[in-house]
Amino acid sequence: MSDIRQTIRQYIDDNFLLGARDTAYADTDSLLDLHILDSTGVLELILFLEETWGVKVEDAEMVPENLDSVAAIADFVQRKRATAAA
Amino acid sequence: MLLHHTFEHTAARLPHKRAISREGVATSYGDIAARVEGIAAALREAGVQRGERVALFLDNCVEMVAAIYAVLKIGAVFMPVNTLTKADKLAYILNDAEACALLTQQELAETARAALSASPSVRTCWMCTAYTQGRPDPGAPDPRERPFPPPAASGAASGDPPVLIDQDLAAIIYTSGSTGDAKGVMLTHLNMLTALRSVRSYLGLRESDVIVCALPLAFDYGLYQILMAFSLGATVQLERSFTFPIKVLERMVSERATVFPGVPTMFTLLTQIETLRDYDLSALRLITNTAAALSESQIKQIRALFPQATLYSMYGLTECKRVTYLPPEQLDIRPTSVGRGMPNEEVWLVDEAGNRLPNGSTGELVIRGSHVMRGYWRKPAQTAERLRPGPIPGEMVLYSGDLFRTDAEGWLYFVARKDDIIKTRGEKVSPREVENVLYGIDGVLEAAVIGVDDELLGQAVKAFVVRQPGSTLTEREVIKHCLAHIENFMAPKTVEFVDALPRTDTGKIKKTGLR
Repeated sequence: MSDIRQTIRQYIDDNFLLGARDTAYADTDSLLDLHILDSTGVLELILFLEETWGVKVEDAEMVPENLDSVAAIADFVQRKRATAAA
Repeated sequence: MLLHHTFEHTAARLPHKRAISREGVATSYGDIAARVEGIAAALREAGVQRGERVALFLDNCVEMVAAIYAVLKIGAVFMPVNTLTKADKLAYILNDAEACALLTQQELAETARAALSASPSVRTCWMCTAYTQGRPDPGAPDPRERPFPPPAASGAASGDPPVLIDQDLAAIIYTSGSTGDAKGVMLTHLNMLTALRSVRSYLGLRESDVIVCALPLAFDYGLYQILMAFSLGATVQLERSFTFPIKVLERMVSERATVFPGVPTMFTLLTQIETLRDYDLSALRLITNTAAALSESQIKQIRALFPQATLYSMYGLTECKRVTYLPPEQLDIRPTSVGRGMPNEEVWLVDEAGNRLPNGSTGELVIRGSHVMRGYWRKPAQTAERLRPGPIPGEMVLYSGDLFRTDAEGWLYFVARKDDIIKTRGEKVSPREVENVLYGIDGVLEAAVIGVDDELLGQAVKAFVVRQPGSTLTEREVIKHCLAHIENFMAPKTVEFVDALPRTDTGKIKKTGLR
């Protein structure tokens, strides 16, 4: 679980986090509120989740409940993997 | 008549009507009026004078909407700033406009404070904490900061109303220019009222409409959704962004949304949603597009997916808000046309020498009307390029800088821009502005930025970089640096490292060979 969070955080830091801006953000902070995610960023993030963990993100799952914080994304990936394995 | 009177009349007439619905929270016209009063009183108490500039660096929220009308109410000039703006550019805008006040929110505090420290003209900054949900403020407040003004009863902003006329400035909206420095488009009350009335009339907006606004209010297309709705007493379904289209759709269903304004990237995102037909959007009657043209296939898709709605293709410029629209009945006859001029506006094409061209020609589009800006704030040379003498002595008309062709009947088709500005997801990007940032990176010797075709974005920003000998700079590092300094949509999507850039005979970088 913490591995997933770490991987996601690394991806966000590498791809979205605003370089010189060194905002510390918690795993549960809203990425939308902090202006880290935008409409194209979300699509890139989904592609990353699909490629990294082999999950398929459905249209209906592209919602803040699943994607708006490091913790939410990690939980979502975990759930998707569990369903896929079952 | 002044711009804010449109809202004040509505607030007096329909105080209990829902003005805004944002993420399920409704705000009535009366509530907004109280917020306007509170902010206006605070601005007045802080000594903000008629004609002074007040920057609004806020997300799409009721505080932003109220701040617009509050600034107008006290006779000052509002400047909406895109919340993707970074500290350097925000400081540039605050200094360029000599803004006396800044209204912002805690989520943007880090950027705002960095900009404030370099902006001596700002005397007061109001910080909104309505959306922090208990998150503590991690930074150190600037001494000029104050808590956001609470709503107040009518009459709180006491004193005589300022003696304004419709020639006074209402807003300054910054837009990217080919020189790399953003330019402040000066708009008077008359400019904005004229545009508002023309657009509202050809679209046939009504008091009963529920207008979706997922466009930033710092973008005139988003801003006018509020201005038009509030002039009629309609309701705005205000969205923070279009980051989660499903959420916007869900709320469109529950709000029974009737009008959806979008840009091509938003329509691409929508049409990609496989379950779109599961959403009951039967109330939707109008769809509008501007910022970039829709392709014929996109038009077909949109009409197939939303047969209940009428689609308006439009074209505009911040310098005069809107220029043309295609009456929907023409969509089948000439789908790629952006139409012709709006009510109370004249447009024509000119050749290089400024001669008016007959139908069936290609030339630069010229715009005449009371909606044409007063110029770029403190940029006389750039103003003179765009505003030139018109047919009546003393009158100025707007040279758009865009090439169009007309068909035999005079309908307009966009051909190309005369400058090298990139249009990506509906936003204007100046290659020079991006290149300036690229040159600020250690290890960059030379850089050139172009737009390349992109299915989702229309055009994607691409950078060509020549590294200094020994530099190990990576694509990621370059993009990250850009994200730290310019709006996200301006940062290159791809970076190609090359050994050298093509040159013209005079040694200038030649972009025509790059792709």
